Amino acid sequence: MHELGITRNIVSIVEEAAKGRRVRRVTLDVGQFSGVMPDAILFCFDIVAKGTLLDGARLDIRKIGGRASCRTCHATFETATLYQACACGSHAIDRLAGEELKIREMEIEEAA
Amino acid sequence: MQILAKNDALAASNRGWFAGREILALNLVSSPGSGKTTLLERTIRDLKDQMLISVIEGDQATANDGERIRAAGAAAIQVNTGAGCHLEADMLAKGLLELKPAFGSVVMIENVGNLVCPAMFDLGEHAKVVILSVTEGDDKPLKYPHMFRAAKVMIINKIDLLAHVDFDVDSAIANARRINPEIVTLSVSVKTGEGLVGWYEWLHHEAAQVRL
Repeated sequence: MHELGITRNIVSIVEEAAKGRRVRRVTLDVGQFSGVMPDAILFCFDIVAKGTLLDGARLDIRKIGGRASCRTCHATFETATLYQACACGSHAIDRLAGEELKIREMEIEEAA
Repeated sequence: MQILAKNDALAASNRGWFAGREILALNLVSSPGSGKTTLLERTIRDLKDQMLISVIEGDQATANDGERIRAAGAAAIQVNTGAGCHLEADMLAKGLLELKPAFGSVVMIENVGNLVCPAMFDLGEHAKVVILSVTEGDDKPLKYPHMFRAAKVMIINKIDLLAHVDFDVDSAIANARRINPEIVTLSVSVKTGEGLVGWYEWLHHEAAQVRL
């Protein structure tokens, strides 16, 4: 449900950076634990982009998987959940990747 | 560019606003019906001689909760989110200008009843307090891990009903610790008053922290 607001944020950030030029493509980094569903952003994007500099632009989403490190044994491991324990049994872990929610790249048309 | 950068910047500004006034701001989150408003009403009444509390009420519609809080004796501002499923930092900033909380007081922000979106939107609060009632499942921390990870405290409410439900307090706490090993847990019944002393002690402790 909050993806619509997030998509509005994306469009307004990109529009501001494009400074009047048309935008062809936007690439996002969306982590597995970002709390955002990539499909829902794709669903909202075309509608939100209509009538803006992003109208007709392509949206690419790079999905980033979860990775964590253990504070007890210092191992690094891949994880698909926020609660998976380290192989050593510890739940005291730091997330290294998977929480990204960023605009990575944008492709804009050259000024005429 | 962080997509939530705008909200995060506004949240940082709210955080500075609170710090400058030595105000303890808490963001109360839960599913609908966990007893957030009732917890606030009782807290306001029980602590009326010890702590000045005011409330920002977030709901999709109606001013009912704001009226309940005012009847309990505290100032309250109702921020209706309309279609929104959570409060954002700019809504809080506007609410604060209207509420004008006193120096050294406590501001309770009652978020929209929703365990999903409010986890993502920092408001500039000192801590998130998540409330779980025993009429819900004790696996809720695992089902909504973002929120239980973001919270500093978990209050298990309605423990007077434990004899009538399958909720297991120990497994709820164990589930929350799997996501957030440092989470503080309190078991209370707002109705009977059981366990509320622990909540009040925590409030006094945190209020002293922001005055350092």
